[in-house]
Amino acid sequence: MANKTIKIEILRYRPEQEDKPSPQLFEVPYSPDLTILEALQYIKDHLDSTISFRWSCRMAICGSCGLMVDGVPKLGCKTFLRDYFPNKIKLEALANFPIERDLVVVMDDFINKLEEIKPYIIPEDNTKCLSDGPHQQTPEKLAKYKQYSMCINCGLCYAACPQYALDTKFTGPAALALLARYNRDSRDAGSKQRMKIVNQEEGVWGCTFVGYCSVVCPKGVDPAAAIQLLKVESSKDYLIGMFKPD
Amino acid sequence: MNNNNEKKYIRSHEPVFWGLFGAGGTLTAFMTPVMILITGILVPIGLFGEGKFNYQQIHQFATSWYGAAIILILVALPLWHTFHRIFHGLHDLGVKQGRDWQQVICYGSAFAVTIFVLTLLLQMIAA
Repeated sequence: MANKTIKIEILRYRPEQEDKPSPQLFEVPYSPDLTILEALQYIKDHLDSTISFRWSCRMAICGSCGLMVDGVPKLGCKTFLRDYFPNKIKLEALANFPIERDLVVVMDDFINKLEEIKPYIIPEDNTKCLSDGPHQQTPEKLAKYKQYSMCINCGLCYAACPQYALDTKFTGPAALALLARYNRDSRDAGSKQRMKIVNQEEGVWGCTFVGYCSVVCPKGVDPAAAIQLLKVESSKDYLIGMFKPD
Repeated sequence: MNNNNEKKYIRSHEPVFWGLFGAGGTLTAFMTPVMILITGILVPIGLFGEGKFNYQQIHQFATSWYGAAIILILVALPLWHTFHRIFHGLHDLGVKQGRDWQQVICYGSAFAVTIFVLTLLLQMIAA
């Protein structure tokens, strides 16, 4: 009976005992149905309880367990050991974010950007009364934004984005995709406020359409498409602004 | 947090250059392979347009208003596309020094050649 194992190298960082991150090798029992997240849990339970990583739902809904697997941004819960076996797997904290501890990153910048784009429906003034019933939407109106509403804020697209890597002032893929989600919603009237963010250099114009954000997105949101569509909107806004400055 | 002083949003002028970049890119993608095929391969080996690509014919085309317009667009737009790409490519390569000058040189070159071609074509038409 051959007990197969797989080697997992984790980039560790414990700020109280080391100045910079260093790799540590673990060997865990291999099974084709194990995910990276389950392997991490095995390590924490049986090999080294000091290892830190974020997780919650185990089913690609919460967006907590983002990490770099062999240099590619992935969700730990959605990535299986079988796709790497028998090779060694290298795990690192999500790229482009400061490391807080081991595989845990500081996401403050990303969260601030999400807040900045006003990720909620801004109704028109003189909006209708509650007693008038719900806002009706046709399937076509829903289809305009639905895809961009699937984001789980895991941050994989920020780890993938070479422009965010060069300059963290860039608003970035997920925040801009979510911005598009609200601007494209027929119930929303906040486009004018949000276009100010879009029109900046750090808005959509920081993007050079590399498209890697859409490749790594675990939910098929396609932030790159959202940003290119926003570039068209921003260009229209620019033309209108030439004749009608506000 | 510090929302007391409202953030100032500065509009980017990128739409102008992005527009020229997009138009130039589309032209380059669709027209350049065709032009290379015709003028670089088919005409020289005599498979296409026999006798139609002599100096007189081309000169006649270039000195007509529509011909001049087509040539100007075919030269200028891909040029704006190229220099825009170089400008952003320098940023991607991490060349941080003198972004202002990079911009002046890149877009300035595209502008200068556009004006040069325009002047040349107008002179040919006037002559």
